[in-house]
Amino acid sequence: MAKAIDTPALERHGLSDEQLRAMLRNMIVQRTVDNRGFQLNRQGKIPFATGSEGHEGIHAGAAQAFHRGRDVLAPYYRDIGLCLGIGMPPLDALLSMFARAADISGGRQFPNHYTNKKLGMLSVSSIIAAQCTHAVGVAYAFKLRKEHDRAVLCTFGDGATSEGEWHESVNFAAIHKLPVVFLCENNEWAISTPREHQMAIKDIIAKAEGYGLPGVKVDGSDPIAVYAVVNAALERARAGEGPTLVEAKCYRFLSHTTDDDDRTYRTREEIERHRYLDPVPRFEKLLLEQGIVSADDIAALKKEVLAEVNAVTDEAEALPYPEPAELYANVYEGTHEPWL
Amino acid sequence: MGIAIGMAMEGLRPIAEIQFADFIYPAFNQIVGEAAKTRYRSNGDYTCPLVIRTPYGGGIRGALSHSVSIEALFYHVPGLKIVAPSFPADIKGLLNAAIEDPDPVLFLEHKKTYRSVKGEVPTGHYTIPIGKADVKKAGTQLTVVSYGLYVHQALDAAQQLEAEGHSVEVIDLRSIRPMDRTTILESVRKTRKLLIIHEDNKFGGIGAEISAMVVEDAFFDLDAPIRRLCGPDVPAMGYALTLEEEFMIPTSRMAEAMRDLVAF
Ligand SMILES: Cc1ncc(C[n+]2csc(CCOP(=O)(O)OP(=O)(O)O)c2C)c(N)n1
Ligand SMILES: [Mg+2]
Repeated sequence: MAKAIDTPALERHGLSDEQLRAMLRNMIVQRTVDNRGFQLNRQGKIPFATGSEGHEGIHAGAAQAFHRGRDVLAPYYRDIGLCLGIGMPPLDALLSMFARAADISGGRQFPNHYTNKKLGMLSVSSIIAAQCTHAVGVAYAFKLRKEHDRAVLCTFGDGATSEGEWHESVNFAAIHKLPVVFLCENNEWAISTPREHQMAIKDIIAKAEGYGLPGVKVDGSDPIAVYAVVNAALERARAGEGPTLVEAKCYRFLSHTTDDDDRTYRTREEIERHRYLDPVPRFEKLLLEQGIVSADDIAALKKEVLAEVNAVTDEAEALPYPEPAELYANVYEGTHEPWL
Repeated sequence: MGIAIGMAMEGLRPIAEIQFADFIYPAFNQIVGEAAKTRYRSNGDYTCPLVIRTPYGGGIRGALSHSVSIEALFYHVPGLKIVAPSFPADIKGLLNAAIEDPDPVLFLEHKKTYRSVKGEVPTGHYTIPIGKADVKKAGTQLTVVSYGLYVHQALDAAQQLEAEGHSVEVIDLRSIRPMDRTTILESVRKTRKLLIIHEDNKFGGIGAEISAMVVEDAFFDLDAPIRRLCGPDVPAMGYALTLEEEFMIPTSRMAEAMRDLVAF
């Protein structure tokens, strides 16, 4: 399908070498954690995993624009790298996969359905687009409390934009000029439904116009470009100028989850045609060309990351499941017998 | 969902599929507010012959949003029919009946039965009437009423009791609304004891309606208090194996409850 969206010659948008290296590291950690999930599933150690291969550029770029301690993230299950990028430790990703008691949700949630209030990460729901209304509510609270300089980053897939709640969210945010950025991670597929069965338009940003908010399209395989666009949109939101819809184009290289086989709905050729969009080798190459990292640096980084992911895998695996009695905790504050 | 309702009102026979029952909530408005009321509010001028198929239930490590039972949310709603068969031959007959039915039918399929249950399916077209329960095992000392996955476990437990010299009757409801009062009452009048088993949580669940009906219509035929063995009253089962196992009822607990009631 589409050809590469041109990446401008290195325009750093204010990102330091250190930040660029942190972004590369984030992408490599993400990919390593992703692979670990699929490996553990194939080894029969965990019943389920979801990957995010192809989304690394969006996540690394958007995470750099997020203000830790002030902004709020309303993520979805695909956002492994984004959550890592705003400060979630890799161990948490493994605890979630293994459903251990030490997982913040206490082993209740499906893998990748993170929560972390300290980091400003809302609890992920499986319900597509449910987080969009929540994100708008959080942004509305910022506005009512006059907490300027805070914004909400709300992420979702292309499929989510078919949900009624998505439209309600964008409309309400535009009417009230709320400090929220809607970041669509358009990977062309919603499980087995291709984009052309999901919408009659090519670009999701076309949906912004009808609701009266700006829409910006960006190459999601270019983390610097994503950073620039998301950063500008978040700054605009923090300045009280209203919401923005950002569409980051990418491609989902793996099956939706370990529970589906994408050979039943898309060709291997299609995947290969998109391979040039793989953000990880692309960004490695860019930083190499710019002399920001050396080949040795990258090799050392990958080794170090693999060692870390191996260590947290072992650590999480060795931890216990929650006690059965935990099933009854946190239904309400206090006790919860329906008959009193 | 509303689009399927429009197709149905125009005379088609749509089958709307919700990938997992847990994702039906955004469609609640259309199902309860529109589909269930189409015939009533037009006084029969329009009808809504719609089937909604959806996999429900847990025991497959589906965690919070791939495990729920939704039947109690809908069984309170006049205008809807609900079926939840769990034997292959029943599923075919009831799916045909649901498609031919002139009113909206919520067709629940327990997702753990997809791979764990096998059975012969008659060839050719046939239907099984909606609202008809099936006695899957005849017995004389205790009536067990269940539906979905737990019918299969209840049958296993009843076999264990059989080996211990006790005779347990197992009724598969198959239909939740309308429900087969006749079959339940006939059985309870014979065995004089009733155990209701379901995966959905107890408070306000299907068992409450069955229990109330039996107390209203057959109180003096009972030799023991009615007992309900149900899911715990928590919002969902967790992903961790320990949490899921705590939620689901093992066959051994079913057998235990049967023994208690038989001995009462
Ligand atoms: C309300 C609802 N309906 C259906 C589903 C089942 N489901 C899970 S993921 C998914 C596809 C979402 O695709 P998209 O928004 O493009 O995100 P992606 O997975 O591609 O990142 C669907 C339909 C769901 N989770 N919630
Ligand atoms: Mg998608």
